[in-house]
Amino acid sequence: MANVLVVAELLEGKARKTTLCAVTAAKQIAEGTGGSFDILSIGEGAGAAADELAGYGAGKVLKAEIAGGYTCEKYAATVAEAGKGYDVLVACASAYGKDLLPRVAAKLDAGVASDISAVHTDGGKLSYTRPMYAGNVSGTVEILTDKQVVTVRQSEFDVAEASGGASAAEDIAVQSDPVADKVEFLGVEVVKSERPDLGDADVVVAGGRALKSAENFTSVIEPLVDALGAAMGASRAACDAGYVSPELQVGQTGKVVAPKLYIAIGISGAIQHLAGMKGSKTIVAINKDKEAPIAQVADYFLVSDLFDAVPALTDAVKKL
Amino acid sequence: MKILVSIKRVADPDNAGKLKVSADGKAVTSEGLEWKMNPFDDWSLEAALRLTENAAEKNARVGEVVLVSIGPNDADTQRIIREGLAKGAERGILVEADEATLDAGIVSSILKAIVDKESPDLVVMGKQAADGDSNVAGTELAEKLAWPIINSAMKIKTADDGKTLDVQRELDTGVATLKVTGPAVVTTSDRILHPESVKNGVTPDDHQYAKLEVGGRYASLKGIMQAKKKPIDQVSIGDLGVDTAKALNYTKFELPPARSGETTFVEDAADLVDKLHNIAKVI
Ligand SMILES: Cc1cc2nc3c(=O)[nH]c(=O)nc-3n(C[C@H](O)[C@H](O)[C@H](O)COP(=O)(O)OP(=O)(O)OC[C@H]3O[C@@H](n4cnc5c(N)ncnc54)[C@H](O)[C@@H]3O)c2cc1C
Repeated sequence: MANVLVVAELLEGKARKTTLCAVTAAKQIAEGTGGSFDILSIGEGAGAAADELAGYGAGKVLKAEIAGGYTCEKYAATVAEAGKGYDVLVACASAYGKDLLPRVAAKLDAGVASDISAVHTDGGKLSYTRPMYAGNVSGTVEILTDKQVVTVRQSEFDVAEASGGASAAEDIAVQSDPVADKVEFLGVEVVKSERPDLGDADVVVAGGRALKSAENFTSVIEPLVDALGAAMGASRAACDAGYVSPELQVGQTGKVVAPKLYIAIGISGAIQHLAGMKGSKTIVAINKDKEAPIAQVADYFLVSDLFDAVPALTDAVKKL
Repeated sequence: MKILVSIKRVADPDNAGKLKVSADGKAVTSEGLEWKMNPFDDWSLEAALRLTENAAEKNARVGEVVLVSIGPNDADTQRIIREGLAKGAERGILVEADEATLDAGIVSSILKAIVDKESPDLVVMGKQAADGDSNVAGTELAEKLAWPIINSAMKIKTADDGKTLDVQRELDTGVATLKVTGPAVVTTSDRILHPESVKNGVTPDDHQYAKLEVGGRYASLKGIMQAKKKPIDQVSIGDLGVDTAKALNYTKFELPPARSGETTFVEDAADLVDKLHNIAKVI
């Protein structure tokens, strides 16, 4: 029987969807072992976010209001103290979860299974599958310590549906940690977009080095993105060259996505890029080189100069 | 400034598609693949080298970079440490270990023991190893030291005294700006390789580093010659007095199933839309 605590991720006082993917994993762990799950809402605006999170079937929602910007040093002691009452701590393997949970795990002497893609509860015994080697091997791992810390891959766990009802709320004390004084938070530049979130969009249109400029992303890729109501992604080469901002990077060091449709435009399909998108349901490549490695994973391949093909594709989509 | 950089060897990540799993599923086998320096560590080494040099003067160092690698004491591990020494690090430490007996918790405890001995101002690490892809050891090390961690640093600027760092780190949703009082642990993002990403108060502000796209700098011929004489200390885990109880147990490895189906080459944009709409039914 595993009792699970989900560590919520807040952005500007609201729970990010990543939290709801972690809730799905927590439910699987709790249901498979006959345990239960609670949620910890922590950060600035934790109270309001807790109200929102009360509708997902958790036993209770713990609240810890911490003002100012996030640093793992500021949050970890409070999460670890709350975590003492649980067997498994779960968060999404977002930049936030990957930063915070290992610090919490070290405080609790707990092993960490990071970026898991599946939960197993055979006979009530927990184990996890996690992609390794840029997705070229999958490992099944058990955590041997008393407490277990797990971060979950967003693309592999559905966003939990609200289940009605209202979990009880409980304020918990914020714990101080001397190391928190070593980091001064000066600000955060949040990139805002009206488009769907890359992490959970149904359609992703991604561009690569072949776009050659930020202007071409705007004039060639964005019209297709918007015609499909898609999220925009990019290869590392395109992010590095400054054509688009880094948080659009898909791959081993960027985001891992698994939309219904992924369109890779002028992207060669390096192994590190494939690591971030080969779980997509349907993959389309538009590339003038039909031998490009993206062909290994593409369901449909349009061999063409993207500067001809993409505007034509945008027009054809608009006519649907 | 004294910087400790951890470097791990990994089976050639560009050929990870050729990895196999042993018949009993208990081990990943990389026969036929060359051992390479974990590319993420290579980026961190580049950051450490920039933080400890006066780049206006060729080969002028204003600090020390010490490499530490945990792994088998063999020619491949030695070669990878020498590669880092050839790029400019001063010396190396090889902690002898069978990789199958390690996990992030043990690695971070070993690194803590090395930090306790070496007292660096900064530890710079790859945010992940290209094999395990865990992103855990750096942050665990920081917690065990009661030091701050900056994960996925894309810009680092050290104050003149080297004690405080102005950093920017990549988030999923943007970029955070922080001021950190050292000693600290830093892991680096892809963007750390950009020409303007590292400033150290000694290198003139207008100095432009080379634009590096794939990894850190190449070793010079002179660097390769010098590296042959640089020391590599060998240490055993026993000497360090570290708890070696594993927190993780891998029960099975598998190769993920290949994507089913063949690639359909389409005629043109109209044909593609037709197939996506009527066959794949995804638009
Ligand atoms: C440790 C490490 C981690 C990495 N992590 C990532 C990651 O997370 N994500 C990532 O994407 N990469 C990552 N990379 C980089 C990766 O190896 C590749 O360098 C990168 O993905 C290449 O980007 P690209 O496909 O846009 O560019 P290229 O490889 O240069 O490909 C450009 C493609 O465009 C095609 N093309 C050119 N012109 C046209 C045209 N007019 N019309 C149509 N097609 C055209 C070419 O045929 C080619 O296939 C990583 C590398 C390392 C070492």
